[in-house]
Amino acid sequence: MFVEVEICLGTTCFVLGASALQELQLPEKLRRQTKISYVRCLNVCKNADKFSKAPYARIDGEIVAEISAEKLAQILEQKIKGEKNEAN
Amino acid sequence: MRQIELQRLKREILVYLIKAFYSGNFAENVRLIPYDMRPKGSPVPFRCCIHKERAILRLRTMSGLGLAIEDDNERAELSTYAAQALARTRNAENPLTVLQSACQGCAESFIHVTDLCQNCVAKSCINSCKFGAIKTVRGRAAIDNAKCKKCRMCIKACPYQAIVKTIVPCENACPTGAIAKDSNGLACIDTKKCISCGRCVVACPFGAIHNKSQIIDVLKKIREGKKVIALLAPAMLGQMPCTAGQLHSALKKSGFALVYEVAQGAEITARTEAQDLAERLQSGAAFMTTSCCSAYNELVKKHLPEMRPFVSHTKTPLYYTAEIVRREQPEAVNVFISPCLSKFAEAQQNSNIDHVLTFEEIGALFVALNIEPEELPEENFAHYSAREARGFPLSGGVAKSVQAAWTGDPAAVKPALLNGLNKTTLNELRAYARQGQCPAGNLLEVMCCEGGCAHGPAVLNAERSAAAQIEKYALAAESLRQ
Repeated sequence: MFVEVEICLGTTCFVLGASALQELQLPEKLRRQTKISYVRCLNVCKNADKFSKAPYARIDGEIVAEISAEKLAQILEQKIKGEKNEAN
Repeated sequence: MRQIELQRLKREILVYLIKAFYSGNFAENVRLIPYDMRPKGSPVPFRCCIHKERAILRLRTMSGLGLAIEDDNERAELSTYAAQALARTRNAENPLTVLQSACQGCAESFIHVTDLCQNCVAKSCINSCKFGAIKTVRGRAAIDNAKCKKCRMCIKACPYQAIVKTIVPCENACPTGAIAKDSNGLACIDTKKCISCGRCVVACPFGAIHNKSQIIDVLKKIREGKKVIALLAPAMLGQMPCTAGQLHSALKKSGFALVYEVAQGAEITARTEAQDLAERLQSGAAFMTTSCCSAYNELVKKHLPEMRPFVSHTKTPLYYTAEIVRREQPEAVNVFISPCLSKFAEAQQNSNIDHVLTFEEIGALFVALNIEPEELPEENFAHYSAREARGFPLSGGVAKSVQAAWTGDPAAVKPALLNGLNKTTLNELRAYARQGQCPAGNLLEVMCCEGGCAHGPAVLNAERSAAAQIEKYALAAESLRQ
């Protein structure tokens, strides 16, 4: 099973940090179970002050705000560990 | 890797500022920026408490308004500053400003013996010190800072690599020694020495150094209905996830009447520089350096006058482009869109350039106005730029374009690259000037930013992805070579 990560490269996310996520280096054991893609605007930022929570990502269909390399690694670790526990 | 958190913070402020500008209640909404960014009860990510967070955001907002943070009168509200920014008619003289409340006042650089010291028998550190500054204290080598001259001999001598030199990031990054601590231990820029390369802006882990933005001045002129023209640095074509034609449309949508590629001027720079080199080599000169990096031009002026005879007389791509735009559109306001902070200094000396905006400011403008370049139609530029001109902003790109414009024997040009100015490469430049020759070649391309302008201090995109995008755009065009 792969964890599906879609990183938003719409203008707001790109300018507020997603540009650097293009060169993301995940630890090997996370990378093997993760499928990262870069997508067009996920349309979360457009209302009111929501731009200030960019960059956004969609992880297994769920929107996550203020994504960073550190936060992504944390989420992936939890998800992958969770899957293993379920399998046992 | 750039300091993403800090970039994000500075850009977020710019977005708020631009939104405030279009809100109809500019001054009041600017006053509220620190409160909007850190509302009551919000987490305090960086400082000791929400009040200090807001106080520092207030000062960062000043730089977004184009003001010198050093001039802050603590009693003044941001609304007063907003009104000031809106009323001014002249650009600030020096592009950089230091936020001393954010400056951590890092410990002054010193030599330090770490826990790795094994209290060995050899005592190489003590034996290597010419100043008698090292003694054994409580089973470990200790340095007497009053006697230490920071010669680093002990660092080299220690077999355990147990001795380190601590650094002050801004001072360490500055190639010219222009930033140093004042009497309070806080960073302060000596504008007489500063070449505006922006190294300190990128290096400071507390984000204490800012550039004074001209975004409000430009937005004001757009709103007044003036014909505001964007002069697009070639590095910008690698900065957004969209095509050149879409970027063109996006700039038009954000209020620019026309967009010129500075690559147009780069073609003239390449041809002129090739001719200049030919004449110099004919008259027996050993080498010539390029002259399109404005931080390098400032460097030669302020710190390296002995290099002047070897610097090409050719003007920068921006110079030629601005000249063309002024001729074709004499009544327009010319705004250079820049990856670089020293271009503020260049613009200050050239009446054909009215303002400079950084890529970060353009990015913030797109965010504030909800512009998605990727969803816009393609619009071609009036001038079709050449391959080498598009490749100018990458390290080696200028040398390549001079070679392409070269009309003589191709083997006569031997390009050499100075990719990134620092204290070491500055010494190399000194040596070339002193000896009157450059062993690596006869055409020395100097780019103060490592990787070229595409990796300047005010860019948006990550280095590799920017370079790949620029290369792709360049390859799509015809060569300059006839």
